[in-house]
Amino acid sequence: MIAVVDYGVGNLRSVQKGFEKVGFETVITADKNILDKADGIVLPGVGAFKDAVNALSKSRLGEVIIENISKGKPFLGICLGLHLLFTQSEEHGITQGLNIIPGRVVSLPSGVKIPHMGWNQIKKTEDAPVLTDIDEGSYLYFVHSYHVVPDDKSVVATTTDYGIEFVSSIWKKNIFASQFHPEKSSKLGLKVLGEFGGRTV
Amino acid sequence: MLAKRIIPCLDMKEGKVVKGVKFVNLRHAGDPVELAAAYDKAGADELVFLDITASHEKRDIMLDVARRTSEKVFMPFTIGGGIRTLDDIRRVLESGADKISMNTAAVKNPDLIRESSRKFGNQCIVVAIDAKAASSSQSPASGKKLPTTDFPLPTDRWEVYTHGGRTPTGLDAVDWAKKVESLGAGEILLTSMDRDGTKDGYDIGLTKAITSAVNIPVIASGGAGKLEHFLEVIVEADADAVLAASLFHFGELSIKQVKEYLRDNGIPVRL
Repeated sequence: MIAVVDYGVGNLRSVQKGFEKVGFETVITADKNILDKADGIVLPGVGAFKDAVNALSKSRLGEVIIENISKGKPFLGICLGLHLLFTQSEEHGITQGLNIIPGRVVSLPSGVKIPHMGWNQIKKTEDAPVLTDIDEGSYLYFVHSYHVVPDDKSVVATTTDYGIEFVSSIWKKNIFASQFHPEKSSKLGLKVLGEFGGRTV
Repeated sequence: MLAKRIIPCLDMKEGKVVKGVKFVNLRHAGDPVELAAAYDKAGADELVFLDITASHEKRDIMLDVARRTSEKVFMPFTIGGGIRTLDDIRRVLESGADKISMNTAAVKNPDLIRESSRKFGNQCIVVAIDAKAASSSQSPASGKKLPTTDFPLPTDRWEVYTHGGRTPTGLDAVDWAKKVESLGAGEILLTSMDRDGTKDGYDIGLTKAITSAVNIPVIASGGAGKLEHFLEVIVEADADAVLAASLFHFGELSIKQVKEYLRDNGIPVRL
């Protein structure tokens, strides 16, 4: 069973329905015991970094996530769920994140329309296990104003061009996290969810 | 490269999809969720549901449409029509919509844009602007009389209308677009009332004026009748996305035809 972390932000329903569509049972939960027992953890979300960090720390879900990741449990972060893994974000002042992936979250460059909204292409830098079925140059759905800058470039799984070439997903051991939204990327996105799901069984 | 988005719009009345010609003469055209699933298969990039006759009693129908759509369709969709309060927005987003679109409520209470984008993020707050050329009789902002003519003059002023195009506001569309951006709107859905339902092509002048004035994405709407119209509004007016309704609903053009035509003319699209 896959647990989707309910920390009070964003649209969790689409992620759950997406996993169901590709044949994986999911539960939306804020319960530590269920998260500990789950075969995989998904941290989705859109919204403000600071509010999300506050919600994760108040509920102590941040610690639960860190513990489960360090135990080697498959983890999928989506959009804000990618950002939260990082050391700090520059969104509306500096806010500390979960610091699982060293690096920063910074604004997209000036000169492009913000938010970056719509379907954009990925360039693969290495074959991340959940992207084996996704071709180079595939279009996936993005909606964000900030992007991640990992200190260690070896975690980069894909990049995407939008004014600059930014990191659109990262891969490290049991962690995959993407700036794009698999749950909103139609057929290809469902493939990503299916591949992640496959790693939890 | 970021693809230009092709967006079918499903105008809704009492849970059914309809399409008005110039906002009247509504006719039925199917179940919204079935249509949404069909458009996902057909390669649409996004969907917009607009409840054109929204009232408080009908709100639950739209929430149900959002819920059922998010179970079947894994692409972004927007719900608009009759959204008035932060609580309306919260309920629509919780039902599975990615974005909400507001028009009348934004004009009546611009603070709703600020509050909702702060609370839910600007990426889910779309402000719909229905605009109409202000050249024919009076300039709304100045009230100055312009010379009358049998032929419509080219204009560089457009007036914002609310209540489904029934109520002039006196607001200048370009000024209003800048204002909604500054208040935190994440996107503008721009409809030319002069072109809506005519199939004469998008309003290039209006769209260009708005895309030049703001730095958020702009969806052009109203007037699509043939392939060239889509290319024109993207190339000449810098639209980020193009919206059409009856053209797609009645199968006059398919999403694929539009995308292939754009691709053959050098526009990035998701195919």
